[in-house]
Amino acid sequence: MTDAILSALGALFEGARFLFEHGGPNVIMIAVACTMFWLAIARDVEPLLLLPIGFGCLLVNLPLSEVMDTGGVLKTLYEFGIGNELFPLLIFVGIGSMTDFSPLLANPRLLLFGAAGQVGIFVTLILALALGFSKEEAVSVAAIGACDGPTVIYVSNMFAGMDKIPTAMVGALAVAAYSYMALVPVIQPPIMRLLTTRKEREVKMPSPKGKISKAALIAFPIVVTVITGIVAPKGLPLMGMIMLGNFMKVTGVVPRLANASENEIANVSTLFLGLAIGGTMAGQQFLTRETLMVFALGLVAITIDTVGGVLLGKLWYLLSGGKVNPLVGAAGISAYPIAARLVQNEGQRWNKQNHLLMHAMAANTGGQIGSVMAAAIMLSLLKGLGII
Amino acid sequence: MNNSVFGLAMLVVGMGGTLATLFLITLVIRALCILFPVRPGEKEGKK
Repeated sequence: MTDAILSALGALFEGARFLFEHGGPNVIMIAVACTMFWLAIARDVEPLLLLPIGFGCLLVNLPLSEVMDTGGVLKTLYEFGIGNELFPLLIFVGIGSMTDFSPLLANPRLLLFGAAGQVGIFVTLILALALGFSKEEAVSVAAIGACDGPTVIYVSNMFAGMDKIPTAMVGALAVAAYSYMALVPVIQPPIMRLLTTRKEREVKMPSPKGKISKAALIAFPIVVTVITGIVAPKGLPLMGMIMLGNFMKVTGVVPRLANASENEIANVSTLFLGLAIGGTMAGQQFLTRETLMVFALGLVAITIDTVGGVLLGKLWYLLSGGKVNPLVGAAGISAYPIAARLVQNEGQRWNKQNHLLMHAMAANTGGQIGSVMAAAIMLSLLKGLGII
Repeated sequence: MNNSVFGLAMLVVGMGGTLATLFLITLVIRALCILFPVRPGEKEGKK
């Protein structure tokens, strides 16, 4: 009888024993989860993502946790919405509903900043290959340069599904992508100041003059979807879902669907996606040299994106005879609308009369389209090369 | 295909393709604005 009671008590403390004997990586990851909670709660850093990701990370790293075993709650969520790439795509519908492309339509040339803002993707790809990552891993790491969490998850998970990259790497990539998106206000301003002169930063840009008709706003998402389908069909789900969300919004005939996309669907998908991604962060698989390299390369990618945008801005400044403020180029990334607001604040810091917001919003929405287009083109190239 | 050839191919074709496609979209936007101008009486679109 006593033996039975002791055995039963022993079973209750099995988890604690595991933690002391083999749980070093788990303890570190629990600390990482707590850091994410602190960032989300105390610092307001991407709370919508970091809170569920952190909780998923906590759940999977508690000793003897079964949440990521077959039939476990996080494994089920992973298979239901990440394994088949559903959640990132549903979030894209919401992003499309939240995005206003009218500043871009009023000033379409600023879309080119959205291309310059993707240069970090391709430079990082080469760096990752040089550091010994496989082609598929390098493409996944480079996607952080898209500055767009769902794109990173979509691309990397496609390779994880083919067993070409470890599943734990999807978690590392997602956390790196979302962390750096949140850190854009810290990363970009020093680069913007370093690469521009005071005279360039003070340039005032007049407001766009043209008005945009509702018909043009409605036609835009259809046309972009068709172009993507023709040029880069492998990325059509990404672009198609963004444009679907935007299409529902601008037509104005399905406000319930547009509101649901922007709120309920995006919120539920974000919660489930965050939990499932957190579930991939089990200490034993997550704490590797590759994870550290992923974070380092992610920072490089976003830095080069900003450099590319600002340098194109400087070139444009020269070609236009000083009429374009090069700071606007920094908004050509996908972090919407953080990057645009940052450019507005930075412009006003040097010239109180400067109102760059509409131009920056145009470049920023161009960055959204550019990042998805770059990912779509990369996937189509990989298919063309017979790699996927 | 070795990694350096792959990386360069992705850089040239990927970046070039992205730039060319976005340039095409700017032309399409201009065409849309010409095809669908703001009609008299239509509620002013956004800038």
